[in-house]
Amino acid sequence: MQHNSQGSSRSSHSSRPKKAAKEPRRGASDGRAAFFDKFISYFQNHQRLFFSTLRRLLAEPVQTLMTSLVVAIALGLPAALYVGVVNLQQLGSRVETTAQMTVFLKKEASQQAIDQFRKNLASDQDFATVEYISRQQALEEFRVLSSFGDVLEMLDENPLPAVFIVQPVVRFQQDLSASEKLVDKLKKMTLVDDVQLDMKWMQRLQAMLVVGERLAFSLGLALALGVLLIVGNTIRLAIENRRDEIVVVKLVGGTNAYVRRPFLYTGVWYGLIGGVLAWALVVLGLQWISGPISHLAELYQSFFQLQGLGFSGLAALIGIGAALGFVGAWLAVARHLSKIEPK
Amino acid sequence: MIQFDNVSKRYSTGQEALNGLSLELGAAEMAFLIGHSGAGKSTLLKLVMLMERPTHGQLLVNGKNLNRLHKSQIPYYRRNIGVVFQNHQLLFDRSVFDNVALPLLVSGYQPRELGRRVRAALDKVGLLDKEKLNPIALSGGEQQRLGIARAVVHKPRILLADEPTGNLDPELSAETMDLFRQFCAVGVTVLIATHDVDLISQMGVRRLQLQEGKLVQDGVPEYAA
Repeated sequence: MQHNSQGSSRSSHSSRPKKAAKEPRRGASDGRAAFFDKFISYFQNHQRLFFSTLRRLLAEPVQTLMTSLVVAIALGLPAALYVGVVNLQQLGSRVETTAQMTVFLKKEASQQAIDQFRKNLASDQDFATVEYISRQQALEEFRVLSSFGDVLEMLDENPLPAVFIVQPVVRFQQDLSASEKLVDKLKKMTLVDDVQLDMKWMQRLQAMLVVGERLAFSLGLALALGVLLIVGNTIRLAIENRRDEIVVVKLVGGTNAYVRRPFLYTGVWYGLIGGVLAWALVVLGLQWISGPISHLAELYQSFFQLQGLGFSGLAALIGIGAALGFVGAWLAVARHLSKIEPK
Repeated sequence: MIQFDNVSKRYSTGQEALNGLSLELGAAEMAFLIGHSGAGKSTLLKLVMLMERPTHGQLLVNGKNLNRLHKSQIPYYRRNIGVVFQNHQLLFDRSVFDNVALPLLVSGYQPRELGRRVRAALDKVGLLDKEKLNPIALSGGEQQRLGIARAVVHKPRILLADEPTGNLDPELSAETMDLFRQFCAVGVTVLIATHDVDLISQMGVRRLQLQEGKLVQDGVPEYAA
């Protein structure tokens, strides 16, 4: 640590004629640091501490890296969970635009009636797209996708109804009650057996995302407490290691603030470095799973793209890390520094 | 400059270190504090440094009642005092220069003024050519002088020393005492705790003898006493 200066003079001794005479141009101030000088040196002190505390940390890279990594993991876990939630939300909003209704037709409906119904639906302004799946198609699809094909063979009759998959126009998509009215309208039609609104699972997803968000937040809170303890403990050890220096500084008139300052800076550095490392961990993790994810998206014929943390995420991690480092160091300093007094 | 008025100090262990002590030391005066170990010499110095507070009585330094000095004021008060320790209390993680600069750094000096003063103090004790060394490379006598340089670099009005010649040979001890006299000559109040009675008997300087926390003798001894 490079010590510099701080504080304002409370010195009551303003002049000592004997010495002042020996110091031309310092006259009445008796060479004690002038107020303006102290003001300047206060900021120089901060500026110097900013770098000297970092140098001190880098002089012990292993110890610094270990503490910072623990901080990084504690910050990175909730950040990763948060990124997951954000991505699911994004996925959700994408699915929302494809919210569709499945219209099951009565089995006894004739082909002619179905064709007429199809025309009616296609000309209805409420629907953007209409897709028809006949009973035969449904059976084929079921046979391919499930392993119950053999069971179906044993049935005399195709148990599956014909289905229309309709996509409402945009104005229904964000509005659940309007969609439900549309469902009711469809249900009243003679051919229609039942209608399923595929937005139900959307609501479930949204509810789960809210839970996920809360989970990320509470995990974040718990781990933030962890960061405080880690930094606090590391600073406590640093204080122990520098006991001699603290005693001497207090003996020559260093204020508590002066003694405290380098440790606070050290805490902030741990948080800063931990924040950057946390960001790097999350980015690396995303990189690692982005391949499988895009493959998965391809299988679903989706253009889904994984959202990263971005620079605002980096800024947030650094800011939160630095703040936690500062508070952690403050707690340690408040607890342990006052116990060290010259004896 | 320093005035003890019926001061007692009892430690929490029950030990009565000072017992109704009264004495006065004027500005630019020099005095030796003598007595057996446990007589209260160190306690007296600690009270002046505000490392301890009196249990009873009043202690005035430079007209200020130390009992009324708030804890937060202690650092600023200490900037007017220089202390020399028997064990030097040097920091071995930095150079000779940086050790001496410490009192100036904590009170906010600019680098230029700071360098000038540090070198002046080192010059005074004859260590100017060793400013870049680590104090560990210095001999015992040099370390002691380094401690003195640090104690006077901020031009304190009061200089305290606790057994400053404890580990030194007679010749170095005499040199050290001579340094203290020089500081006294330029207006610093000097109070030195020592058990080296032989050394100081020839100096013609006021002696304050403590015994069991009481002042039992005060005055300038006659030569060859």
